Amino acid sequence: MNFSEHNHVIIIYPHPDDESFGAAGTISKFREAGVPVTYLCGTLGEMGRNMGTPFFANRETLPEIRKKELQDACQVLDMNLEMLGYRDKTIEFEPREALAERFKQYIEDLGATLVITFYPGYAVHPDHNAMGAAAFEAVKQMPENERPTLWGTAFSNDHREKLGDPNVVIDLIDSFDKKLEAIKSHRSQAEGMLSQLLAQSESDDEYEAALERFRYEAFYEVDIDQVDLKNQT
Amino acid sequence: MEAINRERIQHYIDQFTNKPVYVHLETTNGAYASHFNTNAYNVGAYIRNAQLTYKQGKIVQHDDGSYRVGLKHDIGWIYAEGLSDYEFNEHGQLLMAGHDDRGRLMVALEISEEPFSY
Ligand SMILES: [Zn+2]
Repeated sequence: MNFSEHNHVIIIYPHPDDESFGAAGTISKFREAGVPVTYLCGTLGEMGRNMGTPFFANRETLPEIRKKELQDACQVLDMNLEMLGYRDKTIEFEPREALAERFKQYIEDLGATLVITFYPGYAVHPDHNAMGAAAFEAVKQMPENERPTLWGTAFSNDHREKLGDPNVVIDLIDSFDKKLEAIKSHRSQAEGMLSQLLAQSESDDEYEAALERFRYEAFYEVDIDQVDLKNQT
Repeated sequence: MEAINRERIQHYIDQFTNKPVYVHLETTNGAYASHFNTNAYNVGAYIRNAQLTYKQGKIVQHDDGSYRVGLKHDIGWIYAEGLSDYEFNEHGQLLMAGHDDRGRLMVALEISEEPFSY
C-alpha cells in the first residue's frame, strides 16, 4: 500500500485511546509518508472506569487526565487534534445529522482523501457505533466524485462472520515502537491492560507481548452506497 | 481517594444538609461486560447534576465493610451502596465511590454546592 497517495487523513473516533489501539501504526505510516493526519476525538472518555490501583484518578479528575494523555498520544503520533466536546456515553443521543454535518465540514475543509472511523454496528461500544454511523453518513452525503475513501474498524464478536475478512490489513512488525508509545501515553487505560497482556503472554517482554496482540491493524474499506445506515442507531 | 471513614463522611453529609446541592449518582459494570462474557449483561445508569436539597442523610456500614448512603429529600430518596472510597476535594465536593479489585469504578455518589463540570 502506498501511503503517500493520500492528501489528508481524518480519524473519527469517540474516545481518547481509540486512535492508539485502533490505528496508531497506520497513522504513523501516513505521517512517515508526509501525509497530514487529523483526529476528531468525540469525547474525553469522562465516564471511563479505570481509576488505578493505587488510585490515580477519580470521576472528577479523569477528564483532565485523559485529555492530557490524548494530547501526549497525538504528539507521539505527530497528528493534529480536534476535541469535539461531546460527553462520553452520549453520542448516540445526539442528532446524527448534526454530527454528520460537522464531520462533513471537516472533511471538506481539510480536503481529506481518507476517513478512518468505526464500522457502525460492529464496534461494540454505543459511542463507537454512533460516531461511525455519523461518519458514514457524512461521506454518504457528499457528491460521489468528492467522497474520501472510507475505512471502518470492526471488532464485535460477530464481525468476521458478518463482514468477512477485513480488506485492509497493515502489518506493524517493522514500526511497532510508535504504536506502543502511543498506547502507553494513555496510562490510565493501558497500564492494567498491558500488565494483563504480559501475564497471559509466553514472553516476559512488554514489547513482544504487545506485538503479539497489536501487530496488525485491520480495516474494512467500505463502498458507502452498499451500506444500509437506517438500521444503525 | 482513600478508604471511607464513617464519622468523617457523616460529618460532610451533615454539612450539606438543608442546602441546595448538586448530585452525581452512577453505577456501571462497563461498556464491554457482554463483549467479554456472553452471559453477562451491560448495566449502567448515571444522573449528573441533579439539583436537590436533602433534609437528612446517613452513612451505614455493610457487613462486608463497604458502605451505603441514603439521603432523604422532601419527595423521595437518593441511595447508593457498595461505596468504599472517598475524597473531599479542593472544590468542596464530597466524592464517594466503590471500585473492584482492579481499580475500576462500579458505583459513585458525589455531592457539591456548585455544579459538577463536564
Ligand atoms: Zn472507545
